[in-house]
Amino acid sequence: MNETFLASRAIAWRHLYKWISVPANFMPTFIFPLIFFTGFAGALGKLGDVRGFDYPASYASWMFVFSLLQTCLFGGLATGFTIAGDFQTGFMRRLMLAVGHRNAILFGYMLSTFVRAALMSAIVTGVAFIAGLQMLGGPLQIGGMYVLALSLSLVGTMWAAGVMFRARDPQLGPAMQIPMFLAVFMAPVFVPLDVLQGWLHGAASINPVSYIMTANRQLLAGQAADVLPAVLAVAGLFVVLLAWALTGVRSAERAGG
Amino acid sequence: MTTSTTSTAAPPTTGIINPHATGTSLANQVGLLARRSVRSSLSSPAGYMPGIVMPLILLTINSSGLSAATRIPGFPADRYLDFAIVITFMQSALFATSSAGLGLVRDIESGFLDRLALTPMRAGALVVAQISGAIAIALGASLVYISIMFITQVDFHTGPLGVLALLGLSMWTAFSFATIGAWIALRSGESEALQGIFPLLFATLFLSTTNMPRDLIQADWFRAITRVNPVSYMVDAMRSLIITGWDGRVLLEGAGVLLAVSLIGVAGCARSLRRRMAKA
Repeated sequence: MNETFLASRAIAWRHLYKWISVPANFMPTFIFPLIFFTGFAGALGKLGDVRGFDYPASYASWMFVFSLLQTCLFGGLATGFTIAGDFQTGFMRRLMLAVGHRNAILFGYMLSTFVRAALMSAIVTGVAFIAGLQMLGGPLQIGGMYVLALSLSLVGTMWAAGVMFRARDPQLGPAMQIPMFLAVFMAPVFVPLDVLQGWLHGAASINPVSYIMTANRQLLAGQAADVLPAVLAVAGLFVVLLAWALTGVRSAERAGG
Repeated sequence: MTTSTTSTAAPPTTGIINPHATGTSLANQVGLLARRSVRSSLSSPAGYMPGIVMPLILLTINSSGLSAATRIPGFPADRYLDFAIVITFMQSALFATSSAGLGLVRDIESGFLDRLALTPMRAGALVVAQISGAIAIALGASLVYISIMFITQVDFHTGPLGVLALLGLSMWTAFSFATIGAWIALRSGESEALQGIFPLLFATLFLSTTNMPRDLIQADWFRAITRVNPVSYMVDAMRSLIITGWDGRVLLEGAGVLLAVSLIGVAGCARSLRRRMAKA
């Protein structure tokens, strides 16, 4: 157990170091969520006047929750590309030889993505305040919002790791990106679920990310929050994707790293 | 005798880059190299498919997710799809930046450009060819988007001539972005520099009038950004053909911005190419 923890910590540290020391790795992870946030919050404020849209905080606050979840979830994508890169350079083969308990590799990537997502969330929050973010919830509610959001960084990492431990090739990045992109956007991103129409309303109603997004918006605005469905959604995703990621590690082991 | 032997020796006929095979006019050189560029791009679907498919996914989701915007008084279209479809053309044009730039970077990194300097080929032909290859891919994507416009019955206010004008504008936009990509590639010679510029181009798209007309943007700071962002004028010009009709002022503004960006890109390419070839 101790060996697993030490290995995970070392892998997490290496991943974080690579992220911070290489601008090409660092920049996209924080620029893209900020672009989405400023682009949507700045342009779409009038949507707050549409009938049925009765959110007590500003539209920037509404979009902030989306950007926060996107930041956390998409952090896992960057980790997926790192894993694929480690396979390509042969580093993963050496890592698998060095680490006795191979799950430690996965846990190391999860740990570093979590830390990175926390740093990114702080940056996104700072920019959102400049753009008009209002936090109407109490400290406990705001804390709960961040816990829910950061838990998605683990979910995102497990999904991406599961794909890349199997594919072991960055060329197959779209197979990892597109489902995650759909999960984030097929949710009440711009307007509340009740205001959504057509097929997207149906898709958003069964998308687990919608429950997390809705609860987070309620927590941010200090409203009575539907936290239980959100927690269940995170727990369900966690269990399914942990199995997906661990079987991915086994697949890489069988392939010889 | 020696001369005779030399003159009668058959020119090499294999390989794509063989200026003796079809003459050495600039057009032939560009044609040969452009075919190579397109073939190289098309050989990797993972490289170009996301550039075609992702804008479509985003369009499908956003046109449904943002359909409530059509209830805002003064919104210029009955369906958000009619308003938003132009974004796909812009995204494929943006993609031309990386496809032209990365193609050139590959040729610089592999030493192909330096070897080209030893042949009768003009280095400029390689740059024009990479740009042409990027435009060819953008053309393919634009034709897909135009087909989707017909399938989804987008209300096209300028008729068949407007469709051609839209295609022309989108190709011009792709050209102007491709020259910027080629300029960066020639200047830096590194793929990292191109990857670094892509978020910036992506930002120019999102910080423009792509998602909402300027009159309906509530935030003053965002309205100000859209005024100074050249992409807004490109988007507005293309969009006017679909949802407004022939609007001379908007089209002239768009054409003016495209002309300026193209001239900057071409001048930058020419200058950087001269410097690079002087070093070769």
